[in-house]
Amino acid sequence: MSVTREQVAKIAALARINVDEHELDRMVPEFNNLLAWVEQLGDVDTSSVEPMTAVIEQKLRLRADVVDADPLTGGGRRDAILANAPAAEHGFFGVPKVIE
Amino acid sequence: MSNYRIHGATGDWEVVIGLEVHAQVTSKAKLFSGASTEFGAEPNAQVSLVDAAMPGMLPVPNAECVRQAVRTGMAIEAEINKWSRFDRKNYFYADLPQGYQISQLYHPIVGEGKLLIEADEKAGIPHDKIIGIERIHIEQDAGKLMHDQHPTMSYVDLNRVGVALMEIVSRPDMTSPAEAGAYVRKLRAILRYVGSCDGNMEEGSMRADVNVSVRKVGDPELGTRTETKNVNSVRFVMAAIEHEARRQVDVLEDGGTIVQETRLFDPGTGTTRSMRSKEDAHDYRYFPDPDLLPLELDDQFLADCRASLPELPDAKRKRYIEELGLSEYNARELTADVEVFARFETLLAATARGIGKPENEVATQVANWSLSVAPGVMKALGDEANPAHATAEAQAAILDMQAKGEISGGQAKEIYEIVLKTGRDPAEVADTEGLKQQSDSGAIEAAVDAVLAANADKVEQYRGGKEALFGFFVGQTMKAMQGKANPGVVNSVLKAKLG
Repeated sequence: MSVTREQVAKIAALARINVDEHELDRMVPEFNNLLAWVEQLGDVDTSSVEPMTAVIEQKLRLRADVVDADPLTGGGRRDAILANAPAAEHGFFGVPKVIE
Repeated sequence: MSNYRIHGATGDWEVVIGLEVHAQVTSKAKLFSGASTEFGAEPNAQVSLVDAAMPGMLPVPNAECVRQAVRTGMAIEAEINKWSRFDRKNYFYADLPQGYQISQLYHPIVGEGKLLIEADEKAGIPHDKIIGIERIHIEQDAGKLMHDQHPTMSYVDLNRVGVALMEIVSRPDMTSPAEAGAYVRKLRAILRYVGSCDGNMEEGSMRADVNVSVRKVGDPELGTRTETKNVNSVRFVMAAIEHEARRQVDVLEDGGTIVQETRLFDPGTGTTRSMRSKEDAHDYRYFPDPDLLPLELDDQFLADCRASLPELPDAKRKRYIEELGLSEYNARELTADVEVFARFETLLAATARGIGKPENEVATQVANWSLSVAPGVMKALGDEANPAHATAEAQAAILDMQAKGEISGGQAKEIYEIVLKTGRDPAEVADTEGLKQQSDSGAIEAAVDAVLAANADKVEQYRGGKEALFGFFVGQTMKAMQGKANPGVVNSVLKAKLG
């Protein structure tokens, strides 16, 4: 697998990362080196191996349906939520007008 | 097959419809955090650090949301996947602080299922039809943006961020707006029976993305489809399809091509318009969410889900027809929504108990009362009626008197009117207001004798073969008794006397 210069530019744009022409020149071969390196894993026959989803053997934990059971992961903390907002107004986040 | 056709200059076209319904899962807390899901809170009052995507926060799924999705899947007879996984759908927009929505693209929790829409001649659905459901997956809702509060800024409320949604994806099996409307109504009924979504379309608890394409009648190839987003009522779903199908036919007949795109429905004009121009917007770069292990369900959990399911609409409708002896129409109307059948079943039980007969013997009377008589009286009274007086006990008492022949159908209505206005006891109303019919055969016989004596000539004609006069005698007798005679008794007395 390899990527083209256009693909890298597109991914950068989708991720809202500004990459100039000079950086692209450097990044495309870098990406392709990485991809080729990882691709070596494809040489290993894994047909009889279960996919591993976690390094430690453990199951997904679920939470009970209780509101604000743990204050750290509950609501009712608007001031903290808005504390870093550049423009908090009337309890809302203010952002530059975005209309599609 | 539906007969729905779009008539174009070059011939007839048919429409192919698939729906993606987003249904908010009924839960107290959000899908991955403990913040409340309650509707109508102050902006950003129900946002946790997890929902706001603060660094270092990790999602932990809410077991209730998982349970409700599984129960919903079972209700549409779907395959439940004991192993499913969450994926990230990446996009940037101010309603999504994480920069990605946690969803399930590759391994949804619920697989292939189906839903029955019932024949409805009037609506243009000639036969029962099975609509395939491809999958149900669970995902996070996004926040809400307000664009009209400030000249240069949009305001963001994240209360909805992270609320659990089920996305229920149909097969492109619908071929008319009526079928799509019936599908949404039936799906909504099932969700409400199961209790996994309140189905409140006004509050946005249920909304549909409508996929529409058109093709020449008989063409085996599907046309290019468009997707109209966030349509929030059954009526709008149907209107969006009608408009979009017409628009596509017009474009194609003008020699144009349909662009696969996302469109918006404008309820004001009933039209759709293009929403996203950049095709890039569809490149969501999905990948498995590294913050979440796969979701594994054990047999006990599935068994508990199954055991908790109520009687579902199709089963209930069948039982109403087969065991209660109701007509198909009555059965369909009564099972269409939870409140309707709940009221009916309460009233049926109370009436059967009061009259001392099994439910199937009074079911049709109760069904007609519930579907037509009672709503008719309520509607005619308007604001004068106090719905709190519409108790099952009062209605059962009226039906009881009617079943015993103490009151006529007309008197039942009059009594119910007074009950709705005042909350008085129906039996007391019948007594004090003189709203009772005379079933005492002695009094009726006396009245019949008087009528026959006063109309000897007509009795002669009747006996001579002019049987249509029977109605005249009934009328005269009823008139003599101020309309309060039991018509059944009047009929049998008259028949006996006229021999």
